[in-house]
Amino acid sequence: MPLIKDGQLADDIYTAVDDAAPLPEGPVIVSLKRLRAEREALLGRNQKLGVKLTSEESPESIGSDLDRLSLVVLEFPKFRDGRPFSWARILRTRLKFEGEVRASGDFLYDQIAFLVRVGCDSFVLPPALTPELFQRALGEMSLVYQPAADGKKIIRDLRA
Amino acid sequence: MYRYDEFDATFVRERTEQFRYQVERRLKGELNEDQFKPFRLMNGLYLQLHAYMLRVAVPYGTLSAPQMRMLAHIARKYDRGYGHFTTRQNIQYNWPKLKDVPDILAELATVEMHAIQTSGNCIRNVTADHFAGAAAEEIEDPRPVAEIVRQWSSLHPEFTFLPRKFKVAVSGGPQDRAALRFHDLAIEIVKNDAGRVGYRILVGGGMGRTPYIGYVIGDFVEKPDLLSFLEAVLRVYNENGRRDNIYKARIKILAHALGESEMRERVLREFSEIKRSGTLQVPEAERARIAAYFAPPAFETLPDTVLPKDGALGQWVTSNVHKHRAPGYALATISLKPIGGVPGDISHEQLDGVAELMDDFGYEEIRASHEQNLVLPHVKQSDLPAVFARLQALGLATPNAGLISDIICCPGLDYCDLANARSIPIAQKLAERFADLDRQHNIGEFKLKISGCINACGHHHAGHIGILGVDKKGVEFYQLQLGGSAAEDASIGDIMGPGFGEHEIVDAVERVVDLYVKLRQPGERFLDTYRRIGMEPFKNIAYQEQLHAAH
Repeated sequence: MPLIKDGQLADDIYTAVDDAAPLPEGPVIVSLKRLRAEREALLGRNQKLGVKLTSEESPESIGSDLDRLSLVVLEFPKFRDGRPFSWARILRTRLKFEGEVRASGDFLYDQIAFLVRVGCDSFVLPPALTPELFQRALGEMSLVYQPAADGKKIIRDLRA
Repeated sequence: MYRYDEFDATFVRERTEQFRYQVERRLKGELNEDQFKPFRLMNGLYLQLHAYMLRVAVPYGTLSAPQMRMLAHIARKYDRGYGHFTTRQNIQYNWPKLKDVPDILAELATVEMHAIQTSGNCIRNVTADHFAGAAAEEIEDPRPVAEIVRQWSSLHPEFTFLPRKFKVAVSGGPQDRAALRFHDLAIEIVKNDAGRVGYRILVGGGMGRTPYIGYVIGDFVEKPDLLSFLEAVLRVYNENGRRDNIYKARIKILAHALGESEMRERVLREFSEIKRSGTLQVPEAERARIAAYFAPPAFETLPDTVLPKDGALGQWVTSNVHKHRAPGYALATISLKPIGGVPGDISHEQLDGVAELMDDFGYEEIRASHEQNLVLPHVKQSDLPAVFARLQALGLATPNAGLISDIICCPGLDYCDLANARSIPIAQKLAERFADLDRQHNIGEFKLKISGCINACGHHHAGHIGILGVDKKGVEFYQLQLGGSAAEDASIGDIMGPGFGEHEIVDAVERVVDLYVKLRQPGERFLDTYRRIGMEPFKNIAYQEQLHAAH
């Protein structure tokens, strides 16, 4: 499935690894459970490291290891499960995470612009979405009423 | 009233075009109904029993004459000539065609209207006291607050896929005409001991299959902190609200499962952080800018006059005219509950007629109330006879506001995909039974509310008498609830017992009401008598006929 990073099609440098599978060379994405179980080994690899959170898992549960991560993947089990929007926002605004925040799973065309606003900067496109649709989704609404994690100027400030 | 500037206008126009594109994809088959559903719901479009239904937002219930004309035009051009005002101050059209909906939205945008967030699991259109800006006891007009909340919540990127819908109501003072305590979140404008005006925030009220009265979570939120506080509540809800069961997903379930102190602690933690970041503060200048749009008209210095008491005009004045804060002025309710009609329905001719009345009498605005009526907020007392005459000609002069035939009623099984039973025919029969005006006045203030299913769109939990339609093996039954109230003395009605058949329910209600008239003490409303003497006597009388039949 295509990966969009910073608005462009990109190669995925990470390998997603199941909890029981051996670790391949290079950057990997593991579950929060595996990060906790194999913390020393994973952090000591001197490789980029990503953690995939289920929608049940708040990024706050990563704790201080967040500083050692270069990627947090937020999984949408169903598009209706809107918790990842808050997880992204917390990552950026409260925890000041500066690495990559990636949306993955079942999200919709209509949600792309919202995801960018709350702080996602990469996207694993689900089957119904093409890079063209992704671009189009970003251009539909030029104005916003409320501040989020994207620093976009809000309508109130444009009025001033 | 609030007027769009270029930014608001662009926002709504772009949203309309965004939706048009989604409809095109749906009509071409690029999206199936499942994929299309979240888009259409975010724009107020439901798929009902017979057709699509479009719910148009009326923010805090305020409408101008041009907007009323547009609603008439849409009813005429795209629907079957009428619209239906809802218990959330919105208007619904029952028969639009999908292909027309983008054009309807584009036409609405020309008069600063839209259907954004009238459906879906998001922060819904914000409601407010329909007497805003005119009520005598009001501290401040609630509508500027509602407008600030409307803007903040419009396409909020974090809170558009909540566990379930989220309804906000605002009141400008202690008298609650907006059913605050039955909302997911409510804002009451209050004054503290130092004389400063701020907000009391309630959370966790709701109806549906698990009714709850909301509780206070913010005792006194300072004006600049309003949105920070709301964002804190919403984040706690989005993170922790249940998503495993649609019937347990509203914030009322979370708020009452966590309990007041834990809920408070979590909200305050978020609030202090959001407040510290400062980006959501609402500066004084912005509050003043928005409040200026809602400044009352320049009232003339007039004396209060003796209002007419006789004849048809007198009857209408007695029930439909209410005290205004300015001497010489009055509030007037336009009842959308003609005896035998459909509660909340209004024809295109009537919409146009009301717009013309507004123009002729110089009324800038009119209100839709959650009781499914319209309200003229600033009528000169000396104009009341002329206004009444015009309403009579329009068939809108039913003198029953606040009386037993002023029934709140959901669309029920005649329209709604979720309903278990019809509610409109029951409302019609009840109104006909109690049609006699002297009898209605003798019964006094009465809140009769009917829902066709457990989702409680007809607010039956909050009725002095509430009726819930249920389906038992393909037959409609109607359960009675007594003692509910949506006002500042909020309570949830008690269920009487087994339901009544379609042909029994009206008699049962009549027996209950007649017993109240017999047993009441001076000055008691039905609600007061019920609270004093309890269910038993009413239950005995309601089931009496059935017992006779059984023996």
